[in-house]
Amino acid sequence: MSEYMLETRSLGISFGGLKAAQDINLKIKKNQLYGLIGPNGAGKTTVFNLLTGVYRPTTGTFLLDGEELVGKTPAEINKKGIARTFQNIRLFSNMSVIDNVLVGMGNSSKCNIMQSIFRLPKHFSTEKQMRSAARELLRVFGLDEERRTVASNLPYGSQRRLEMARALATNPKLLLLDEPAAGMNPQETAELTATIRRIRDEFDMTVLLIEHDMSLVSGLCDELTVLNFGTTLAHGATEEVLRHPDVIKAYLGE
Amino acid sequence: MKKFKLKHWINYILILALAIPFTVMAFTGSVKGSTSLMLAQIGYSIILAVSLNLVVGFLGELSLGHAGFMCAGAYIGCFTANYLHTVIPDPTVVLILSMIVGGLTAALFGFIIGLPTLRLKGDYLAIVTLAFGEIIRTVFMNQEVFGGALGLTTRKYGKTLFVIVFVMALFTVFVTQNLMKSKHGRAIQAIRDNEIAARAMGVNVTYYKLAVFVIAAFFAGIAGVLYGHNTTPVDYGFFSFNYSVEILVMVVLGGMGNITGSILSATVLTFINIQLTTKLSGDLAALKYLIYALILIVAVIWNNAPALSKVRERFGLRRLVEYIIIKIRGHRIKEEGGMEAPSTADWSKVPTKIPMDALLSTDVIPEQSIKEEGDKK
Amino acid sequence: MNTLINGLCLGGIYALIALGYTMVYGIAKMLNFAHGDIIMVGAYAVFTTLSIMDHPIPAVIVAVIICTVLGIVTERVAYRPLRGASPLAVLITAIGVSYLLQSVSQLIYGAGTRPVTIGNWGSLEVMGISISISSLLTLGLCIVIMVGLTLFINKTKAGTAMLAVSEDRAAASLMGINVNGIITLTFAIGSALAACASVFYLMQIPAVSPTLGAMPGIKAFTAAVIGGIGSIPGAMVGGILLGIIEKVCSSIPVLAPYTTAIEFGLLVLILMVRPTGLMGKTRREKV
Repeated sequence: MSEYMLETRSLGISFGGLKAAQDINLKIKKNQLYGLIGPNGAGKTTVFNLLTGVYRPTTGTFLLDGEELVGKTPAEINKKGIARTFQNIRLFSNMSVIDNVLVGMGNSSKCNIMQSIFRLPKHFSTEKQMRSAARELLRVFGLDEERRTVASNLPYGSQRRLEMARALATNPKLLLLDEPAAGMNPQETAELTATIRRIRDEFDMTVLLIEHDMSLVSGLCDELTVLNFGTTLAHGATEEVLRHPDVIKAYLGE
Repeated sequence: MKKFKLKHWINYILILALAIPFTVMAFTGSVKGSTSLMLAQIGYSIILAVSLNLVVGFLGELSLGHAGFMCAGAYIGCFTANYLHTVIPDPTVVLILSMIVGGLTAALFGFIIGLPTLRLKGDYLAIVTLAFGEIIRTVFMNQEVFGGALGLTTRKYGKTLFVIVFVMALFTVFVTQNLMKSKHGRAIQAIRDNEIAARAMGVNVTYYKLAVFVIAAFFAGIAGVLYGHNTTPVDYGFFSFNYSVEILVMVVLGGMGNITGSILSATVLTFINIQLTTKLSGDLAALKYLIYALILIVAVIWNNAPALSKVRERFGLRRLVEYIIIKIRGHRIKEEGGMEAPSTADWSKVPTKIPMDALLSTDVIPEQSIKEEGDKK
Repeated sequence: MNTLINGLCLGGIYALIALGYTMVYGIAKMLNFAHGDIIMVGAYAVFTTLSIMDHPIPAVIVAVIICTVLGIVTERVAYRPLRGASPLAVLITAIGVSYLLQSVSQLIYGAGTRPVTIGNWGSLEVMGISISISSLLTLGLCIVIMVGLTLFINKTKAGTAMLAVSEDRAAASLMGINVNGIITLTFAIGSALAACASVFYLMQIPAVSPTLGAMPGIKAFTAAVIGGIGSIPGAMVGGILLGIIEKVCSSIPVLAPYTTAIEFGLLVLILMVRPTGLMGKTRREKV
C-alpha cells in the first residue's frame, strides 16, 4: 500500500513544440475527491489522456497505488485500476444499458472464447454473476428500470450516469470523471454531487474529476489543482485555491 | 423454469426447415441432381454470409476479401482431399478431414493477414482486404501443383453433399450466435460502437479484432472446401472480388448484425442467382449484377440516409416485425417488460464509428503517434 | 528504357485517376469505388463518338462531358443522401454504383471487348530508341493536366474553398462556403480527369469492355493510398511509381504472373510502415 492512490511525478507531454501539459505533480490520497480545474484548453483532458494511456507522456511518470503504469495500453491501465468517463459521451450507443455495463464487467471474469462458444458451465456461471453485479450497479445509478433500453435512446443525464456506472463496472481503484456536470441544470448537478459522494462512500473509491461548474467543485472536492496553459497554477485545499489571486486572474482575466 | 425463446432458436429452425424435407427426399432418392447442387450452394452461401456478418455487422469493419479466404480453404482443403482419397476409402471422412484442414488454413491466412492490417480502419482496411483477396487468388492461380490456370480438379462428393453443408451451416450459426451472446460478443460490439471507449473499459481491441477475423476466415475456408466438393475444378476465377461483393450483398440485404437476415438473404439471393444464370444467357447475365447493384444502393440509402430516419421509423421492416409479434403475443410482452434490447444492432444505427476526420487517424501506439506529430511540426 | 517510358506513361494515367480518388477522398471523405467505372463509361463514350465521326477531338469532348455529368449525377443521387451516415454505408453504396455502371454498360454494349483506335501517330526515333508518339502525348498531357490542377487548387477561389472544405467541413460552411457545391465540383473535376484518363488509356490499350475500369480503378486507388490519400503530389508520385513497377514487373518473366500481387503487396507494405502513405498527413481522433 502506498501513501497515495495516484501520484504523478513531473508528468508532461508535448506535441511537436506545443507543451500541452508539463510538470504535473498530483498527489491524491485514497478515498479523496480531487478536482482538476482550469480554463478551456488548459490541458485537463490531456492529463486524463495521459493517465489512461491514450497518450504516452514525453516526460515524467505516474503511479497508481505505488505501481508505475507509464507505457501501458489503455486496456492494461484499465485492468490495473483506472477507469474514466468522457467529456463528449462515448457510450456503446447501439447496445442496451445493461450490455454497456456488462462490457465493463468483462475484465473481471475469466471465461475464454471457446468456453463461451461451446456454452460450457463456466460461461453460464460468469454470465449469471456478471448480470447480477451489473444490475446491482444499475440500481445505484437508478438505471435498472431502463436496463433494456438502447443506450443512445436514454436522456442526456442518464447517459452521463450510465458512463459512470460503466466505468465503475471495471472495478477500478481510481475513477476519472471528465466534466460530469456538463450540460446539466442546477438540480441535476445537485443530484450528481450526491451520487459522486455515494460512489466514494459505497465503493470506497478515489475520484479525480475535471469540472467547470464551481458550485460542484467547491461543494465536493477536498483538494484542487488548477491548470493553466498546461502548467500547474495552484494546488491545495479547495477553499484556499479558490481564493488564490492567480486563479481568480486566470478565470476572470486581468 | 426456462422459457422457450423463439429468438434463440429461429436461426436453427430456418435452416432445418430448409434442410430436413430435402434430406428425407435425398435418402428416398427423389432429389434431382440440379436441386442438390443448388441446395449445397445455398448452404455454403449461408456459411459465407453469416461469417462475413461477424466482421461487417458485429465488428463493424468492411472486409472485401472474404472470397480470398474461401479460395485458400478450397485449394488447400481440396488438395488434401485429393491426397486423402488415395488413403481413406470413405468419402465422408475425407470431406470432414479436408474441411478441418481447409478451415484451419484459411484461419491461418486470416491470422497472418489480420495481425499487421487490423490497426488500419475503415476504407483502408477494406482496400487492404481486397488486395489480399486478390493476392491469395493470384498466388494459387500460378501454382502448377494446384492445376495452374486450369484450376484444381477435385472429386465431387455426390448428391447428399448438401446434408453436410447444412450441418456446417448450423455449426456456423451456432458458433456465431453463441459468440455474440457472450461477454466476448459484447466486447466485439463495443469495439464497433466506440473503439476508444472500448479500450478505456479494458477491452483488448487487437485480440478481439483478430479473433473475429480468424473465426470468419475459418468458416470461409470450410465453405471453400464444400464448394470444391460440389463443383470441379476449383477455379481461381470464381473467388474474384465480385464474389466477395456478392457475399457482402447478402449481408447488407439481410441486415448488418442480423444473423437471421443473413440466412434468409443468402437463401433467396442464391436461389434467384441460380435461376437467373440458368435462364439468362450472354449479356443478359449482367441483369444479375444490375439487381445486386440496386439492392446495395437502395438498401443502404434506405437504412442510412439521415433524411429518411423519420420515414424509416414509421414504415421500417423492423417495425412491421414488432407489430406482428405484438399482435401474436398480445399483452405478454408488457408483463415480461419487453424482450432484451436487440443485441444485434439495427443496421440503420451502425454508428459513424469513425468520425470523418479520424479516417486518417492512424491509431498507432501512442509513442509512435507522438513522434509523427513531432515530424509534422 | 522502353519499359521505363511505358511505365511512366501508364503511371501518368494512374496518376490522373488517382487524382480523382484523392480529391474526392480529401474533400468528400469517401472512397468513390465507382471512379474506375467512370473511366469505362468515358471509354465507351469515345468508342460511340468515334463510330459516328472518325475524329478524336469530338470524342474527347463528348467523353469529358458525359463523365462530368455522370460524376455529378452519382454524387447527387447516391452519395448525397448519405452525407453524415457511416463511411461504411457510403463505401457499400459506391460499390453498388460501380456494379450498376458495369452492368448497364454490359446490357448496352455486350460483355465482349470492342476495339477502339484513336488516331495513328506512329513513333519517333530518339537516340536510337523508338518511342510511340501517343506515349509522348499521354505523358505530356498528363503533366500539363496535373500542373493545371495544382494551379487551380492553389490559385483560384474555388480551389481554396476546396482546401477549406477538406480541412474542416463545418468551419468552411460557417465561413459561407457552399459545401455541397464544392463537393459536387470535386466530383465533376475528378470525373473529367477520369475521362481524360480513359482517352489516354485507350491510346495505350485500344480496346474497351465493361470491366475496363475495374483494375485501373483499384490500382489507381492503390497509387493514391501509397502516395498518401488526400495529397495531390502524393497521388502523382504514387501513380508514376505504380506504373513503373507494373511495367518493370511484367517485363520480367518470373515476376510477370505476380504483377498484381506485387502491386497490392506494396500497398499493404506501405500501409503497414506508414499508414498514411508516403505524403499523407497524420490526424488523430480527438478523445
